[in-house]
Amino acid sequence: MDTFTPISALAGGVLIGAAASLLLWLNGRIAGISGIAGGLVTGRRGDIPWRLAFLAALVVGAALYYGLFGNTPVARPHFPGWLLAVGGLLVGFGTSLSGGCTSGHGVCGLARLSARSLVATLVFLVTGIATTFIVRHVFGVY
Amino acid sequence: MTKYLGIVVAGMLFGVGLAVSEMTHASKVLGFLDVAGNWDPSLMFVLGGAVGVAIVAFRFILKRSAPLLEDRFNLPTVKSIDAPLLVGAGIFGVGWGISGYCPGPGVALLAAPDWETWVFIPALLLGAWLQKASTASDDDGVAMLPQPESDQA
Repeated sequence: MDTFTPISALAGGVLIGAAASLLLWLNGRIAGISGIAGGLVTGRRGDIPWRLAFLAALVVGAALYYGLFGNTPVARPHFPGWLLAVGGLLVGFGTSLSGGCTSGHGVCGLARLSARSLVATLVFLVTGIATTFIVRHVFGVY
Repeated sequence: MTKYLGIVVAGMLFGVGLAVSEMTHASKVLGFLDVAGNWDPSLMFVLGGAVGVAIVAFRFILKRSAPLLEDRFNLPTVKSIDAPLLVGAGIFGVGWGISGYCPGPGVALLAAPDWETWVFIPALLLGAWLQKASTASDDDGVAMLPQPESDQA
């Protein structure tokens, strides 16, 4: 798993970029997953159907790939569940406060040449790298 | 209803892309963030591929007066680089570095028999709700004001 996979990474990235472009071209929307998912609990009630449709389609797309080609992710054997809960809380809170995540700021924001998104992307990369260092090398959690 | 055609096709393609890129494998993502360990630069190729395609496509798309299936473009209007942006992005990175999941892969992982995301996604939704509830309570204690959609990145 920890091996360098540039081809599949690039291919997956191209598909993600194509998906974001399709959503903007067809529906005029930014494919920011934190916004689309977070809006389920914070947004307008009338928007819930399209948000659910997008997220369900995303799950179906991933399921089709795993069904056809395998490489299905499995849970880490020793990773504590409470850390996942803490991580999820911080991801939800942080992306809501900053208005985007890896897809909204990282992909779509950079593609729109948004200075705001560039700054956000650099910040979450830096704190992500620092946090991973502490979790793995200070506390030894993998 | 035709708008759902775009939403479903784009959503599925996004899910396939996440699965192909292995962003749904938390160890893979953390292998990228772990620059002090056995560093795996693959995720730079994911971001590079995605931004590379989108930066060209967006340029053409945004020259149109409207999208194909809906009335208007729904784009972020906030431009300021302010404290909420910096603090929020910082907090997001900490959660990402702890868990190995950002929101897209967390959702896509619902397609796999992997219990991790059944903890991660409810916590994410709770976190987003808490953030909006805390903002709303700053404004006169009115809970859960409808937020304009355009404040998303």
